[in-house]
Amino acid sequence: MNTAATSARSRSPYWALLAIALAIAWGLYASGLAADILRYRKDIGYLTKQHLTLVAISGSAAIVFGVGIGIWLSRPWMARWAESAIQAVNMLTSIPTLGKLALMMSFLGIGPLPAIVGLWIATLLPIIRNTYEGIRIVPAHLTDAARGMGMAPTTVLLRIELPNALFVILAGVRTAMAVNVGTAPIAFLIGGGGLGELIFTGIDLQQQGMMLAGAIPTALLAVAVDFLFGQAQYWLVPRGVNPLRAT
Amino acid sequence: MIRLEALTKTYATPKGSVTAVDGVNFEVREGEICVLLGPSGCGKTTTLRMINRLVIPTSGKIYLRGRDTDSVDPVELRRGIGYVIQQIGLFPNMSVAENIGVVPRLLGWDAARRRRRAEELLSLLALPPAEFADRYPSELSGGQAQRIGVARALAVDPPVLLMDEPFAALDPVNREAIQDEFLRMQRKLRKTILFVSHDIDEAVKMADRIAIFHSGRLVQFAAPDEMLAKPADAFVASFVGSDRTLKRLRLIRVREVMASAVDARIDANLPAVSPDDDLRRVAALFLEHGVESLTCVDAAGRALGVVTREAVARRLALEDSQ
Repeated sequence: MNTAATSARSRSPYWALLAIALAIAWGLYASGLAADILRYRKDIGYLTKQHLTLVAISGSAAIVFGVGIGIWLSRPWMARWAESAIQAVNMLTSIPTLGKLALMMSFLGIGPLPAIVGLWIATLLPIIRNTYEGIRIVPAHLTDAARGMGMAPTTVLLRIELPNALFVILAGVRTAMAVNVGTAPIAFLIGGGGLGELIFTGIDLQQQGMMLAGAIPTALLAVAVDFLFGQAQYWLVPRGVNPLRAT
Repeated sequence: MIRLEALTKTYATPKGSVTAVDGVNFEVREGEICVLLGPSGCGKTTTLRMINRLVIPTSGKIYLRGRDTDSVDPVELRRGIGYVIQQIGLFPNMSVAENIGVVPRLLGWDAARRRRRAEELLSLLALPPAEFADRYPSELSGGQAQRIGVARALAVDPPVLLMDEPFAALDPVNREAIQDEFLRMQRKLRKTILFVSHDIDEAVKMADRIAIFHSGRLVQFAAPDEMLAKPADAFVASFVGSDRTLKRLRLIRVREVMASAVDARIDANLPAVSPDDDLRRVAALFLEHGVESLTCVDAAGRALGVVTREAVARRLALEDSQ
């Protein structure tokens, strides 16, 4: 019974979103804006591809590096420096993402590369933090039992520490990816391309249709990415330590 | 079976070096339960953790079946020693069967064999496999979890078990039950067990030998009856408590002090005792009914003999004068 309640709870936002999306779609159609938006479908296709490239490259690199660095900081031999490193990460996180992009532009010039690097850094930091914290809060008696039973350090990491930290790690990934897709439109401002081009140009030209042609796919992408990582949390985290599947 | 020689552990702290374990020597024989007893901070847990090398000794040697444990890869060593801790340490990301299968998996057993072994051990511990094998630790009570902790330690049938206050977190009723169950199992399995405890009653109940520690030193190594009869020093005497004679009574069975008399009269007004009762019950009955002797009967109610106050006193004096 609890399982049913939980899954209903985890699905209901998507139903609500679907309802809102349908209402908006009807509104657009009724007001004639839909036709206006669809005039840009060629641009939408091209820029969405560019946009997805930014998100996919910066996001996947951030997941790989973020989880890797988080694990590295959590190792016993890093204990002396890990807390200061996390403090530094927290400080960097507090820099607004627009600021990070601007800084990247001053180092790397304009174009897709500084945009990708800027997005990568913005996405990386919360993943490092959650990976480190997730592993750190695995109770010491679990790793003690694991070692006492004859697990080598790598086995302890793979079979005990990571599975027990995975929910927190994926929560970090989910938040970080929300930041990533939310910030990606700004990449346009430093010449990174993407759907931001339609949004910002639409605002400047006071072309509502053009702006929505960028904004709607951006919103849909954000919802899709959140859904994807929500599902990852549900299915990848072992049932015994998964609050979404608690019995 | 397990021999500790001049085992010492010192830790360097900002305030200088601290000796946690100081020149400890003793030997545990095959099939025996040795309880490491003492107040917290006395070095008993450190001693235990040096045996599976979770703590590396500063000096001294540990021999397991004659083999110096320095010469064995610690990871290999640990796979051959069952390990149970107070917090149980069941892995919450794994089902009960997977938890029991941890060491078998490290040793390369296939999935079907691991599953069979898990079910076998669950049955041994009176936990129906169909009901428990696929549960997760969060779905178990404290007593069930601790039983499974024991099952996990027994998975590859290691000859040696190290148990660090394994039953300390349980409520008294559950603890008694699981202790009894464990002793019943041990009579069949005959493992060599080192068992850390801070509870004298538990030690007296479980131990073949008690090693009592005080600030890093081993102060007495003796059978429970001997330790209660002749504490080595004032610390041991105060640790075992002023009621140590009562504790000893629990260790002695009626059959040890009973005088056979098949024609003993059975008094319907007095309760009869069985040969397997301990003397604490007998002493309680002596006081309760104000009598000098009680009749001992077998399961069928036939008189076997009598147990007298004098015989009990003689038995207690016996060890005292050793």
